[in-house]
Amino acid sequence: MQWETVIGLEVHLQLATQSKIFSGAATQFGAEPNTQACAVDLGMPGMLPVLNEEAVRCAVLFGLGIGAEIGLRSVFDRKNYFYPDLPKGYQVSQFEAPIVGKGEFEITLSDGSSKRIGITRAHLEEDAGKSLHEDFHGMSGIDLNRAGTPLLEIVSEPDIRSAEEAVAYLKTLHSLVTYLDISDGDMSQGSMRCDINISLRPVGQEEFGTRAEIKNVNSFRFVEKAIHHEVERQMDILEDGGSVVQETRLYDADRDETRSMRSKEVANDYRYFPEPDLLPVVLDEAWVQSLRETLPELPVEKRQRFESQYGLSTYDASVLTDSRALADYFETVAADCGDAKIAANWVQVELLGQLNKSELDIANSPVSAEQLSGLIKRILDDSISGKIGKQVFEAMWNGEGDADQVIEARGLKQVSDTGALEAMVDQVIADNPDQVAQYLAADDGKRKKLVGFFVGQIMKASKGQANPRMVNELLARKLV
Amino acid sequence: MHDYSLDRLAQGLREGEFSSVELTRSYLDRISALDGQYNAFITVDEEAALAAAAEADQRLATGDATALTGIPIAHKDIFCTRSLRTSCGSRMLDNFVPPYDATLIQKLNQAGAVILGKTNMDEFAMGSSNENSYYGPVRNPWNTETVPGGSSGGSAAAVAAGLAPVATGTDTGGSIRQPAAFCGITGLKPTYGRVSRLGMVAYASSLDQAGPMARSAKDCAVMMNTIAGHDPADSTSAQEVVPDYCANLEQPLEGLRIGLPREYFGEGLQGDVAQVIDAALKELEKLGAKLQEVSLPHSALTIPAYYIIAPAEASTNLSRFDGVRYGHRCEDPADLHDLYTRTREEGFGAEVKRRILVGTYALSAGYYDAYYKKAQQARRLIRQDFLDCFEQVDLIAGPTTPGTAFALGAKTADPVAMYLEDVYTLAANLAGLPGLSMPAGLADGMPVGLQLLAPHFAEQRLLQTAHLFQQTTDWHQHRPAGIKAGGQS
Amino acid sequence: MAIEQDEIEKIAELARLRIPPGEINELTERLTGILALVDQLQAADTSGVEPMSNPLDAVQLLRPDAVTESNQRDAFQAIAPAVEEGLYLVPRVIE
Repeated sequence: MQWETVIGLEVHLQLATQSKIFSGAATQFGAEPNTQACAVDLGMPGMLPVLNEEAVRCAVLFGLGIGAEIGLRSVFDRKNYFYPDLPKGYQVSQFEAPIVGKGEFEITLSDGSSKRIGITRAHLEEDAGKSLHEDFHGMSGIDLNRAGTPLLEIVSEPDIRSAEEAVAYLKTLHSLVTYLDISDGDMSQGSMRCDINISLRPVGQEEFGTRAEIKNVNSFRFVEKAIHHEVERQMDILEDGGSVVQETRLYDADRDETRSMRSKEVANDYRYFPEPDLLPVVLDEAWVQSLRETLPELPVEKRQRFESQYGLSTYDASVLTDSRALADYFETVAADCGDAKIAANWVQVELLGQLNKSELDIANSPVSAEQLSGLIKRILDDSISGKIGKQVFEAMWNGEGDADQVIEARGLKQVSDTGALEAMVDQVIADNPDQVAQYLAADDGKRKKLVGFFVGQIMKASKGQANPRMVNELLARKLV
Repeated sequence: MHDYSLDRLAQGLREGEFSSVELTRSYLDRISALDGQYNAFITVDEEAALAAAAEADQRLATGDATALTGIPIAHKDIFCTRSLRTSCGSRMLDNFVPPYDATLIQKLNQAGAVILGKTNMDEFAMGSSNENSYYGPVRNPWNTETVPGGSSGGSAAAVAAGLAPVATGTDTGGSIRQPAAFCGITGLKPTYGRVSRLGMVAYASSLDQAGPMARSAKDCAVMMNTIAGHDPADSTSAQEVVPDYCANLEQPLEGLRIGLPREYFGEGLQGDVAQVIDAALKELEKLGAKLQEVSLPHSALTIPAYYIIAPAEASTNLSRFDGVRYGHRCEDPADLHDLYTRTREEGFGAEVKRRILVGTYALSAGYYDAYYKKAQQARRLIRQDFLDCFEQVDLIAGPTTPGTAFALGAKTADPVAMYLEDVYTLAANLAGLPGLSMPAGLADGMPVGLQLLAPHFAEQRLLQTAHLFQQTTDWHQHRPAGIKAGGQS
Repeated sequence: MAIEQDEIEKIAELARLRIPPGEINELTERLTGILALVDQLQAADTSGVEPMSNPLDAVQLLRPDAVTESNQRDAFQAIAPAVEEGLYLVPRVIE
């Protein structure tokens, strides 16, 4: 039988606020255990929540970014369950009236096609703490620093059909939220975590199959692997005539497998009800409108503009708009050097190549946009060749200064002095009478190939610094 | 001295008639001499009280005193007090010493008031007799074989017995007004949100409200001037401007329209209590008030709605008591489940467990709509009854309780009989209205409380009416036998 | 509505309350009485009535995003039943 994979994603996005969603404790990552858990976060008796306005602003920005309905009246609810990392015995979340309603965005796949993925809703909630399982005489340790960190839970429609689409969705989402500057999106620090709902159904069947939920997957690669693994697992069951159990599973990256989280299977009844310590959040339409006006250019709009304004291909434009910082970098280079296509080429090939190799992001690039455009300018004005340019780039990357300094210090400036070049050309012609004769005997088509020999000899003699355009001109004039 | 009004005490302190240390010492002595009979206090820290009193004396000396500087106050043990055990009447918090103060405590401390001690209460404020305390029942100073009412029974008994000039309480379904009625004192439950809930151990968040318990309406007004006000750390705290509660107390009642809900005078009301209430209402008429019958047609929904909403909120408010971060923890838990279930079994008393179970049930899948949601709808109907009434009248009056203080143990076997005790007080919490209970007379030698209810934020009207009543009557001056009535108040 | 013992056991588990076997009968009786009282609500016509969760119909105030709390771990953990290396200890959590 042919199976179709149906995937819906729930992304927990940590919002980039200074303080927690309901308290004035800091949200910084990596602090000593429990040093950023205040009385409210610890659920001390009598402590009460007060909502952080920045969390609300971030949520609304997200809603506007995906063209969703904004919940002008949203309500916080308590989700009740006992867990040691949940200090109050309930999580404050939004159930019936979320702050962001239906929306959608477009993902681009590797074959260049695009697809719209629906967003069911996005709601604000507080994060839980962490259980650490190192051995404390058979006990677990609880760190509540993360408790109360603002999360936006973004729930997609079951519109995703493959691991590739899931990863494209997450990358697009990542790019959107970093454009909006509402989250650092850093998956390694848990700023973006993903629950994957997967089911299979026979191709052509409308009804969904039974789904399994894979909890807390925290990298693009793991999402891909977890989906592949889970699809295979479910297919094996279904092919054998079995049925998939609706359950929560955990992806174990070390063993590359998903396994059932039996401890969470105890029938949960979350007893949602409106959180009586908080009041309904009522947003002013005019305020929402004013936020809409502050929306930055979003990835899709920017990509389209790059295509039309700079004449870039869809692929190049989408690479360059992957992050706001990269797009800004590119635009600075393009504007400064005056040639967008060459700028695009240098940013994509040399810069991104080096960044990937060094596992750096654009913000930490050792070569600034101004430095790169300085280099490109030297290529455009024939001071150096493109090939020498790569050497210069490497030197800049290693901190040897900007392009002019490197060219100067290494003596890489092209020889464009007609007299010096003419002497070199004459010498090469004089040293190679056989090749000259061969050249002169050939027809035009062959001559084009044969001239390469002389260019190569001259470049060798000049240590690569001869201006190739002038060399070609001189040869054309002298080889008669 | 133990019978002085707050004004009189402030005057004595200001004029050097006595110091705060002397005043505090005298109350501490009374507590140690007499509280064995009443069990009104759970924790008294003499040393800290005297140190605070000494500080107040210094402040008095500089002339930088408020109306409460140097005045000892007994606090219900539900308010978190920094470095002073806050048990909430529960074994769960028997060892709990908060590292922070409730906003109410902070405000009173800043005003220079002295914490005399923490008063006994029904565990987590759940009860109407103060028999649900881990620290044993409180006895009514008017008759120690009867209950003082609850849940703020310790505060009521302390004021009635002259163990404190004034006390704080909380009222979720009548827990200030009912014990005030049973103990013959004046208690005010302000509008929901008027006094901050921060640092007050939560019972039912949408109903809980703190307020003063005192000998007179005027003393309540003095307290309100310090404790009322918006608290940015409590999202449900009201932002309305706080008036001077002492300003209009003397304004005549001429033309004040008082509504008497027929539902509050019917079946279930004890005959001698009804007589006392009638006489008190006549007194109000003499003062210029106009009485008229009104109706609160959804009154029958009050008890069922309350006993769903309050337990539902309580069931989740009390989930934080899990033995992990503070409070009681069972010995040697076998596993996580054992830690939770045994800690909570040992830490909570029977009534608290019943309410947690009822509340969990009311919120659980399949029952939510029939119970919790329906109760919240009934709540709106109940509030609307009051809003409609207040189109016709300025205040509503009636008995605070159906009877006078009952015998210890009389209702402990039957929780439902105990719940019916709150029949007249619950509605104010559901509707968020301010309510006051004041001594209206005696029935068979025991105090009877008259309850006044007002529109949202009309506490001044309640205090003014009660104050004028207390200017022409002396029921609030009556003291239990054996408690010597002092000088002019 | 009568409540069955197994239902009580289920909600007790949700509430993480251990009920000693000897107490379940009395508890069932008491809860049945309380539920009979609150069931009087079922007679009320509440159709079309908006549920009311706050008596003042007030709306939420927002707090500026500022860090106002400093580290008070020592004070909080001084009253904790079991801590080590700054962590609260609980019997092993199995996922």
